[in-house]
Amino acid sequence: MRVLLVDDSRTMRNIQRSVLKQIGHEDVVEANDGVQALAELARQRPDLMLLDWNMPNMDGITVVHKVRETDKTLPIIMCTTEAEKSRVIEAIKAGVNNFVVKPFTAESLGAKINETIARIK
Amino acid sequence: MDARFINPFVSAIRQVFETMVHTPVRVGKPMLKSAAGHNPDVSGVIGFSGDAAGCVILSFSFDVAAKVASSFAAATITPEHPDFADAIGELANMVAGNAKAEFHGLSVSISLPSVIVGRDHAVSQSRNFPHIVIPCETCFGAVNVEVGMKSERPQPARPVPAGATP
Repeated sequence: MRVLLVDDSRTMRNIQRSVLKQIGHEDVVEANDGVQALAELARQRPDLMLLDWNMPNMDGITVVHKVRETDKTLPIIMCTTEAEKSRVIEAIKAGVNNFVVKPFTAESLGAKINETIARIK
Repeated sequence: MDARFINPFVSAIRQVFETMVHTPVRVGKPMLKSAAGHNPDVSGVIGFSGDAAGCVILSFSFDVAAKVASSFAAATITPEHPDFADAIGELANMVAGNAKAEFHGLSVSISLPSVIVGRDHAVSQSRNFPHIVIPCETCFGAVNVEVGMKSERPQPARPVPAGATP
């Protein structure tokens, strides 16, 4: 399974990559904003996307809208500091499959990723 | 400053540092910035806009910032490391995001983080509203959380009880 990590913080991508490795996923590609995410989606054809909300150039919610115009099935987990209920609802309505609020423990992020993968199978 | 803007930052700094930096946080008594003492070496800054405007600044000495960034990243991160500012900015981002989730009834957006690195610097801010410093002690040393916020939404008029003279 190939996972696309999208976050403007390299530190955060490293942490997420480490969690993915712990749960057995080492095929990981990265993007540091929404524009690069769309390019990597087309190039790398990932099976799952872990997506930040607040990023330069293009934010995560715009990425979700753009992806869902053509791809209704790619599992997307929003991983963000945007914790308000209204934001969660906005993300789910846009087509996000799961939602992780930062800060997170390795266990909670791993569980959300596994839960999302289990739903696809 | 409106007290409802302080408690969310106290909760957020505890939650973020305990979960991501792996240190308990002892929160001291909030004070006005003018009484808070010397300037920091590293500041992570996030702006707020919308129904409330202002900013939050996480500030550290070089030594504490390096230890905090290293614990967060699970790697040795010195102030010269290319990810040093990134790590401090992401911590400020998480504190701001968690705090704003507790601004009940207010629609507020946060900026992307800015990080200022330089010995004994000062961050100038609007003098139109007070800035409060929340002193915090972690197992890596002192972290100050400076909050300057004001509501941009007019307070609803209080109903006048029947029979009361205005």
